[in-house]
Amino acid sequence: MSDKIKVTIDGIPVEVSPGTTILNAARQIGGDIVPPAMCYYSKLEGSGGKCRTCLVKVSKGSDKDPRPMPKLIASCRTTVMDGMEVQNITSPEVVEARKGVVEMLLINHPLDCPVCDQAGECHLQDLAFDHGSQATRYEFDRRTFDKIDIGDKIQLHMTRCILCYRCVFVADQITNTRLHGILNRGDHSEISTYISKAVDNDFSGNVIDVCPVGALTDKTFRFKNRVWFTKPVEAHRNCPTCTGKVTLWYKGNEVLRVTGRKDTYGEVADFICNTCRFDKKATSDWVIEGPTKVARTSVINSNHYDTLQPLPVIKKNLVLMAANKVEFEKAVK
Amino acid sequence: MESLSGRKKVLEQKPMTFMERIYLPAIFKGMGITFMHMFKKKETTYYPEQEREFSENWRGMHSLKRDENGKERCTACGLCALSCPAEAITMTSAERQKGEEHLYREEKYAAVYEINMLRCIFCGLCEEACPKEAIYLDGPIVPSEFLRKDFIYGKDKLVELSITDLEAQKGVLA
Repeated sequence: MSDKIKVTIDGIPVEVSPGTTILNAARQIGGDIVPPAMCYYSKLEGSGGKCRTCLVKVSKGSDKDPRPMPKLIASCRTTVMDGMEVQNITSPEVVEARKGVVEMLLINHPLDCPVCDQAGECHLQDLAFDHGSQATRYEFDRRTFDKIDIGDKIQLHMTRCILCYRCVFVADQITNTRLHGILNRGDHSEISTYISKAVDNDFSGNVIDVCPVGALTDKTFRFKNRVWFTKPVEAHRNCPTCTGKVTLWYKGNEVLRVTGRKDTYGEVADFICNTCRFDKKATSDWVIEGPTKVARTSVINSNHYDTLQPLPVIKKNLVLMAANKVEFEKAVK
Repeated sequence: MESLSGRKKVLEQKPMTFMERIYLPAIFKGMGITFMHMFKKKETTYYPEQEREFSENWRGMHSLKRDENGKERCTACGLCALSCPAEAITMTSAERQKGEEHLYREEKYAAVYEINMLRCIFCGLCEEACPKEAIYLDGPIVPSEFLRKDFIYGKDKLVELSITDLEAQKGVLA
């Protein structure tokens, strides 16, 4: 084991072991400086490098070679060097590039959030809200596909897919044979199973959890309720095939949906089996641990405004500014 | 006791004069004012036969709109229910089946859509939240009822009539 190396991300130094990617180094710091990621998934080997949302600027390559990198680089695929200096939100170039990436991702993504079951926990929705522009410059029709059923519990709505390949990596990781992949190339790329064959593996349901958008959705939850009206609760059960640690999504006394436990970056801790996900939908099947902590910015915690927008009259008046000091401090996350 | 805030006003009561004590001048003065009002313009209207003119930004009963082809615009996204400060709106969504394309615009629609008019405060936030321009508070005053349950308006009362229904209604009237 070699020594830890030091990197600086947005002016915050952190010591990480060699071979860590910039994205994971930023995740060790946490907070706003973590680049968003649509395709990278820490539990999936080989994922990342496809969506380009995690672009960062390397302003100093390393201590030995302090030249900056010529172009913005994908932080999920680039490993850190000793003395590297990275700019994420402090670089206007990165912010601008990310805006462009969001626009590209949304070119073929339908804006059917009111219909989509993923709305409210969709990473693309969050990304577009935080980094995108309000309008698109694309004038042509978006590509559309018919809905495909992968097995009787999973629905693939290819129209919404952003081709992050996460589900393909899940299918590769949980099975020995290749069942699920991408057909065609470029703009015609399409997620599919081999000759529309069902993915019938015990862990196939995890493609729903890893999908950052609403392309792969749970058919047992289809149109049942909106995500923000359901209450997430941590629970576990003795499952012979998986760890059995899940999140139950309650509406009243009814479990509408079972998913894996997701962390701050929307990544599940453990992949859960299909029995847990689709068949155990009674409170008696589970041991309840307690409510899931929901981020303050999440739509599940709606109607709480995290930034105070002071009236123009307050901004000009120093006395009023002083009087509202407590409120201003509250606004800081 | 002296008031602490200093805002209390103590009413001074002087003894009444003779003219005040006999009351009759005051009574006739009051009767005169009442009589004068009989010849003035009436401030009241005979509601519901007559209706006042509403303001441009009047918010009344909700209506669920149809698009230009007569399909229901609402897709049961739940944003109106989320934005509602009075928790007056509730709905159940359903998936559009084959052959129902002429009824609903999107692949999901509200099978049940209920607004509790007793809870509603007519703030118009649902109208503002709606991404599909499906709900508008452009109706009249919500009529009174005798039973609480009658104030829960379902789709039968909320969805606006389609063109064919309107024509049929006109035909009945004509």
